[in-house]
Order: sequence, then C-alpha cells, then structure tokens
Amino acid sequence: MGNKTPLYPCHLEAGARIVDFAGWDMPINYGSQITEHEAVRGDAGMFDVSHMTVVDVSGTQAKAFLQHLLANDVDRLDLGKALYSCMLNEQGGVIDDLIVYYLRDNFYRVVINSATREKDLAWIDGQASGFADLSIRLRDDVAMIAVQGPNAIDKTLPLFADYQQAALAQLKRFQAAEFDDCFVARTGYTGEDGFEILMLSEQIVGLWDRLLAAGVAPCGLGARDTLRLEAGMNLYGSDMDETTSPLVSGLGWTVAMKDARDFVGRAALEVQQAEGLQQQFVGLVLLDKGVLRNHLKVVTAQGEGEITSGSYSPTLQKSIAMARIPVGVSGQVEVELRNKLLKAEIVRLPFVREGKSMLNKEGKNK
Amino acid sequence: MSEVPAELKFLSSHEWVLVEDDVATVGVSDHAQELLGDLVYVELPETGTTVAAGDSVGVIESVKAASDTYAPISGEIIEVNTDLEDAPERINVDPYGDGWMYKMSIEDPEELENLLDAEAYSESIVDDD
Repeated sequence: MGNKTPLYPCHLEAGARIVDFAGWDMPINYGSQITEHEAVRGDAGMFDVSHMTVVDVSGTQAKAFLQHLLANDVDRLDLGKALYSCMLNEQGGVIDDLIVYYLRDNFYRVVINSATREKDLAWIDGQASGFADLSIRLRDDVAMIAVQGPNAIDKTLPLFADYQQAALAQLKRFQAAEFDDCFVARTGYTGEDGFEILMLSEQIVGLWDRLLAAGVAPCGLGARDTLRLEAGMNLYGSDMDETTSPLVSGLGWTVAMKDARDFVGRAALEVQQAEGLQQQFVGLVLLDKGVLRNHLKVVTAQGEGEITSGSYSPTLQKSIAMARIPVGVSGQVEVELRNKLLKAEIVRLPFVREGKSMLNKEGKNK
Repeated sequence: MSEVPAELKFLSSHEWVLVEDDVATVGVSDHAQELLGDLVYVELPETGTTVAAGDSVGVIESVKAASDTYAPISGEIIEVNTDLEDAPERINVDPYGDGWMYKMSIEDPEELENLLDAEAYSESIVDDD
C-alpha cells in the first residue's frame, strides 16, 4: 500500500488501473491509455498530479537563493511567470528538473518531482545555509490537477467564479494567477494548452467532479508519458539524472550562462563546454516494425548511444524515442532490439506540437 | 474481473488454447491484455515452422511493455492471424475471438494434459489484480 492522493477514490470510481509510482498508488489508465492520449490531443483530459511536491520559497533572499540553486535564472521572470529549470549538483549532473513560479515580491513557488522528493528537499535545505532571510515551506496541504488539450481552457473556465474567469482568460502561456482558494498556471507536460490547478487538498475532489461533469476525460500516467514524449519533454530519471549533464540531455536551453551568475554546477558545465561535448540528444523515429524502449542500444558509424525514453506514439502511429548518441551523427541509425538491428531516423524534437505531427509520412522532419 | 472461458486451456504465461479435432488455436487471455494495456505491435510465428512446447514463438507489445508468447504444445504452425499486423488492438477488443494469434497441429495430444483448465488459470491470476 502506497501513499494516496486525495483523488484516489475518484480514480477507483472512474475505473482506474492503479500502479505504484514512486511510492504512490496512481492511475496508469482508466481503460485505454491511447483513448486518453487522443482525448488530450483532440479535446480535453485531466491528470491527478497531486503526488508532485510543492515548495514555497520566500524572504528577501529568495531570489538570490534560487539564482544560486538553479541553472536557469529566475531574474528572467516577470511577476506571475513560470520558468523551467534544472537543479544541478557540483559535477553538473541533474538532481531534478522543476518549475518555479514568481508569484509575489520575495515569493516563489517551486514544483518538483515526487520520485526525487526526499533528496531534493535535503539538497535544498543544505544549499539554504548562508541565506539569512529565507523561508522554505513544504506544501503537503495542497493537491493538483492538470487539465490539458485544445478544449481544456474552454471547458475549465466556466467552473471558476466570474472575477477569476476574467483573470484566467488573460493568462498567457507560462503565466500563473493566484486566488484565495486556488492557484492556476497555464503550464503542463503534454505539449497542449491548458491549466495546472492547485488547491487545498480538501477542495480538490470538488474540482475533479466539476471537470468530469464538464466533459474532461480522466487520464492516467500511461497517457501522460506518451504525451510528454511526443512533445519532446524530458522525464527525470530516464532522460537525465545525477550522472548526466543538461548539455547532453537536450536541456542546454534551460541553462543561463550568459552573465556571470554563479550557480551550483556552473563550473563543471564550463569545463564540459571547454572540452567539447561528446554526445548529442536527439529524437528517433523507428522506420522498421517494433517498439523502441528505454535503454536500447543505438548503433551509429561514430559509436554507440542509448535510448533514454522510447515508446509508441499514438499520434504518429509509429514508435518514437529520445536518445543520447555521439555528436556528429545525422540521418539514420540502427537500434538493437531482440538481437536484430532496426532502422531509425534522427529527427528534431518535438515530434508533435499542439496536436500536429512535426514529421512527414516518411518519418522525417518537414 | 477478466473473462476466462470454461472451454479453453491455458498456460500460466497467459496463452489460451482452443482444441478442435487435431488443430489448436492459440491466443492471449483477457487478463493478459488487461495487464498489458493497449497493444500496438504483434510479432507472430511463420506458417510452416515447427515449434516445441515452451518455445518463444512471438512477441506482443503494448504501449508500455513487450511480452514474449510461448507455444503451449509441440506442433507445426498452420495458420497465423495476419489481420493482427495492422490491427493488434483486436487482442484488446476480442481476445478469445478476432484476437486469436495462430493455429497449430497437435503433435502429441498428451501435452494438452500439462495445460491449466479454466478454473486453475482463474486461481493463478487472482493475485495479479
């Protein structure tokens, strides 16, 4: 028996198959993960993401602390904006990836992964010493639903009070709004538009029921994984971890090194850059039959690589993957699967953007 | 609860066998398709191959996992359900009907005694749910 989110009874009610996910009893699907995937690409679906950990960071030194802690720079943030960042160790490996929201003066909200919760919190506490006016508050009193899809916002807005609707209708991508009873961000992990809604745990079941009544489909972790993979979004623990640099994990764009800001891991990344990166992070589309899986070996003319996340893309109806392979390789590679070598095409990420394939019929970039 | 038709025999690895005269039809159980989730790829044996009981004869893959399938008895593959190549989801929709995988000859009828009956198979899957 694992931890349960406040929405656990709702999942059972909706016919969920429950699996263990990092110590949490979570829905993997409610019947068909492909149907759920298609609901998010074509209409609106919702995910219980209450297992994720929310941490509020505040105080006059909150900004300075986050500028030290994170590889991306919170100084880029206007009020109400969200930033995706890695939290690195001194070797430049990724301790976790996270979203940080700048909500008020001296007040930031950070959402981290559940699987890495304890080590993240220990690391954050350890890094906080030396920052005098800093408060780090764990928010285990809240729960969260992600509503995603082309119709997600239209279906969700009427569920809010009038004054809230007006504010939420104005939200731009990666912006958030805070009210007395909830926090709403126009963010997500599917490559579709939508909201992530955070509320006190005792209120979240009411929101779930109203979303169900509004025609939003419950979606499990299975669909969440294929949606994020199609969208070219990394999964911590698969695509990067403490032994891999963001620079070889497709996350170079999240590392802010233009100015002199000193953050944890910067020195190691500078050494990597000076020595030259040996690997690149790419998308793969399988041209032969089969399904690409995590950890399969990639064979190229310049040496071997590895699939970090592989699955089946319901949108493309092909198998796709993200992989770390030697630099300089382009065109086609081979993937070793059950003692056979299968052909795969290297493509730019993402595979799918806002419900539309970024590839042509031959599985190449348009 | 998944469906376990009384007239079928089973392997603990979730294949079902329907014996009609000297031909055995083989598929995977309702329980197996539920565990695997949406199937997206099926690799079947080739017609004409001779297999021994317990041989790995193919792979079925869902979005989340790949699973080997095993020959329940020894014999020759005499027909495969090629419709599954383009429509593997038939196994999800109708595991005991349109989702059949292949038909094979029965080399040694005594091997059928080693298979589980519906009741024994039902008991073997209780703990999975």
